[in-house]
Amino acid sequence: MKLYEMTAHQLHDLLARKEITSRELTESVLKRIEEWEGRIHAYLTLTPEMALEQAAAADLRIQKGEAGPLTGIPLALKDVICTRGLRTTCGSHILDNFIPPYDATVTEKLRDAGAVFVGKTNMDEFAMGSSTENSAFGPSRNPWDTQRIPGGSSGGSAAAVAADECIASLGSDTGGSIRQPAACCGVVGMKPTYGRVSRYGLVAFASSLDQIGPFSKDVRDTALVLNAISGHEPRDSTSVDLPVPDYTRALVGDVRRMVLGVPRETSGQGIDPQVTKSVGEAIEVLKKLGAKTVEVSLPHSAYALAVYYIIAPCEASSNLARYDGVKYGFRAKGAQDLLDMYQETRGQGFGAEVKRRIMLGTYALSAGYYDAYYLKASRVRTLIRRDFEKAFEKCDAIVLPTAPTPAFKIGEKVDDPLQMYLSDIFTIPCNLAGLPGLSLPCGFSREGLPIGLQILGNLFQEEKVLRVAHAFEKNTDHHLRKPKL
Amino acid sequence: MEYEPVIGLEVHAQLLTRSKIFCGCSTLFGAEANTHTCPVCTGLPGSLPVLNQKVVEFTVRAALATQCRIAPYSQFARKNYFYPDLPKGYQISQYELPLSTDGHVEIQVEGQKKRIGLIRIHMEEDAGKLLHDLSSDRGASSYVDFNRTGVPLIEIVSAPDLQSPEEAGAYLRKLRAILMFLDICDGNMEEGSFRCDANISLRPKGQKALGVKTELKNMNSFRNVQKALDYEIRRQTALLDQGDKVIQETRLWDAARGVTASMRGKEEAHDYRYFPDPDLVPLVIDPQWVEKIRAALPELPEQKKNRFIRDYGIPEYDAEILTSSKALANYYEECLNIYDQPKIISNWIMSELLRELKRDEREIEECPVPAGNLAEMLKMIDEGVISGKIAKSVFEEMYRTGKRAQEIVKEKGLVQVTDTSAIEKAIDQVLAANPGEVEAYRRGKGKLFGFFVGQVMKATQGKANPALVNELLKKKL
Repeated sequence: MKLYEMTAHQLHDLLARKEITSRELTESVLKRIEEWEGRIHAYLTLTPEMALEQAAAADLRIQKGEAGPLTGIPLALKDVICTRGLRTTCGSHILDNFIPPYDATVTEKLRDAGAVFVGKTNMDEFAMGSSTENSAFGPSRNPWDTQRIPGGSSGGSAAAVAADECIASLGSDTGGSIRQPAACCGVVGMKPTYGRVSRYGLVAFASSLDQIGPFSKDVRDTALVLNAISGHEPRDSTSVDLPVPDYTRALVGDVRRMVLGVPRETSGQGIDPQVTKSVGEAIEVLKKLGAKTVEVSLPHSAYALAVYYIIAPCEASSNLARYDGVKYGFRAKGAQDLLDMYQETRGQGFGAEVKRRIMLGTYALSAGYYDAYYLKASRVRTLIRRDFEKAFEKCDAIVLPTAPTPAFKIGEKVDDPLQMYLSDIFTIPCNLAGLPGLSLPCGFSREGLPIGLQILGNLFQEEKVLRVAHAFEKNTDHHLRKPKL
Repeated sequence: MEYEPVIGLEVHAQLLTRSKIFCGCSTLFGAEANTHTCPVCTGLPGSLPVLNQKVVEFTVRAALATQCRIAPYSQFARKNYFYPDLPKGYQISQYELPLSTDGHVEIQVEGQKKRIGLIRIHMEEDAGKLLHDLSSDRGASSYVDFNRTGVPLIEIVSAPDLQSPEEAGAYLRKLRAILMFLDICDGNMEEGSFRCDANISLRPKGQKALGVKTELKNMNSFRNVQKALDYEIRRQTALLDQGDKVIQETRLWDAARGVTASMRGKEEAHDYRYFPDPDLVPLVIDPQWVEKIRAALPELPEQKKNRFIRDYGIPEYDAEILTSSKALANYYEECLNIYDQPKIISNWIMSELLRELKRDEREIEECPVPAGNLAEMLKMIDEGVISGKIAKSVFEEMYRTGKRAQEIVKEKGLVQVTDTSAIEKAIDQVLAANPGEVEAYRRGKGKLFGFFVGQVMKATQGKANPALVNELLKKKL
């Protein structure tokens, strides 16, 4: 087995036993990138020199016996996470020359853990999309079939892990942007509870929904990365001051006496029968392992997509107002006056989907519409949250498909935003309710495309989610399959 | 027709916290441009606001001092608009759920007391400053300084209870005094730490329904607020008298021309698209904390005024003026520490001292006569060292030069003559020089006594102690 193919915990063991160095490991990953990046386009910025420097520092630490689980491990960051001194574009022309003077909290935490950063990954512009086709720098490709999308918006981070162009990565999830690409690329992806991970330094799309989380090759690595990035931080008022458990302790490999909720409402809704079949089989596996299932009802989830496409654009229209050409980023040339500068800068700097959502949000917040849209949506959001509260009274976790279909073809949905939005129909309710959710591979379609099982937990019950995922993974081998590039 | 003005004021007061409302940057005024900035207050992508607790505490102080209700649960909202001095493209403010509502302030105009309602006091962040350079090498350029961005403000919105420019002025002075007594605002209108916008409409006297209002901006002193309101009353009266309508609009006060002018156009068509700021959690106020703040409130103008009336026995009119600013009240009490004559001190401050200050447009803080010096001088009158008449010119000299009374009196030989032999000598001279009058007086023309006093005072250049002159004259005559 090649080094780049391995998981972080396997590599940590090798590093700790001094059988390999981080330098060798990093070189192995960089070589892999060199070979495959041309076909995958997972990255917007590669940082081989910095990675080798970090690897050297990590090797020193390892020699001193001070290695943590992520010391010396090559990771990638979605390009929406600020990195001091390193270009952070959010997949947008409007920020293509933006170099943050500061690190996001998660960047800091991973630096402190001794991780090695190999690059910044591609994404839909400002995390708006489900395919990376909205990236201003061109789409990433699915390693299982390069004619297909890797999912989005964190498609680059998912594809990089799937193609072994890094060991693990970070993405951000506003309506499914970690879980849906994880499903498309056949890797593990997790959105923690809203407030579990500091958003400081995560460029905002929809602040009340955004959350940073890991992509990895197995559930143990997800737990390790989650350990490293979680926790209260004073710089983010919405981060929650609760102790962070050691998530690896949840990986007991056992689901006996656990009750899994199966939502009544997931049938239909344009779902591919192959997805239904794989997810059904996965639930059977869990049952055989001793879990009980119970039907739960989430009646208001039917409105989740509509609610999401009001709240997220409303917040986005305000969050993206700062890109005005005054302070940083792109400024259109030759403007005649202030209004002209704003219009030209934003007109040229933003892509079509971002503009669409800014317009949607601006409209929905306007005088006379606020009550009918934003306020109404906020109320329905509360109802969706209550549905989950009720459901979790009778189950430990909820299992459902991550995405309604396996990865679709590049270009297939670009002209039909509504079809594109439907890709997130099963992931959005979780964001609206602030819950932790994870996707892991649970099967493959006839075309050999990965299918994802989604596991949702109650607020701050990441451990239960990880426990179910780990037990499933331990008793199946979907996660061991590798795309044949 | 006779109209009645209806005026409501919106005051923005900068809070005297050391750091900004949502980040740790300094709030100090006058630093080099863009040196008090960080990713948060310059709106860098990914930065997040964190509420400064001191700002909440200061706002609670203001709310308690104006009898406002404090909301147990309040919220920050985003006010969205584009302008280069607003780095995020929105201002974090409070909208639907402000920290405090329903208070009032007592004012007094021409002896009449009046209670002015406060609709709300809420917290928000200040914007930056634009600097325009029309003659730079690159052609006309604009620069932005973000030092002020994120400096905490409270917005205090009055009810439309004010009925004249004088009432508006009295309200503003009272409000400013309260904030300054609370040590939460320096009240400096020139530096913009206390700013005011006004809403004004007219309605026929006796009518209940409100007329169409205009909003007045750009008034940077109390005087300008009153002048702008005066002008606007005249303007709206003329319109209504001609049968024209007042247009609801924002008008800018042009101090140089003494007129208000319509802003018109785009700036006005704002739809701020307020919505709760998702980056900040709802603000939940602990009632025990509020009580702690209440217990630690300093003495406020109203309380101080009542204490002055009660303890010093001065008239309410005096007490009202002496407590119109914290510095003036302190000045008064400092004088009292040295010279325990409340009414005499009050008279001197209100007539002599305030007249001089007003003439020079100076604040009490800039007074060249320290309280101790004034008190010393008053003591000298009491002790008969100088006469009350001479004291006035001594005081003027003190104000002009900053010197102490003793010094001036010594330099100019103004010490009151209490030496009986010197006075007797002067009396003898006066009597000798006016034998006819002496004769007449002795024959019963008692009115002439005043004449002799005058002559003696003249002979001593006003320095003779008048009581002694009276006594000795009577003897000699």
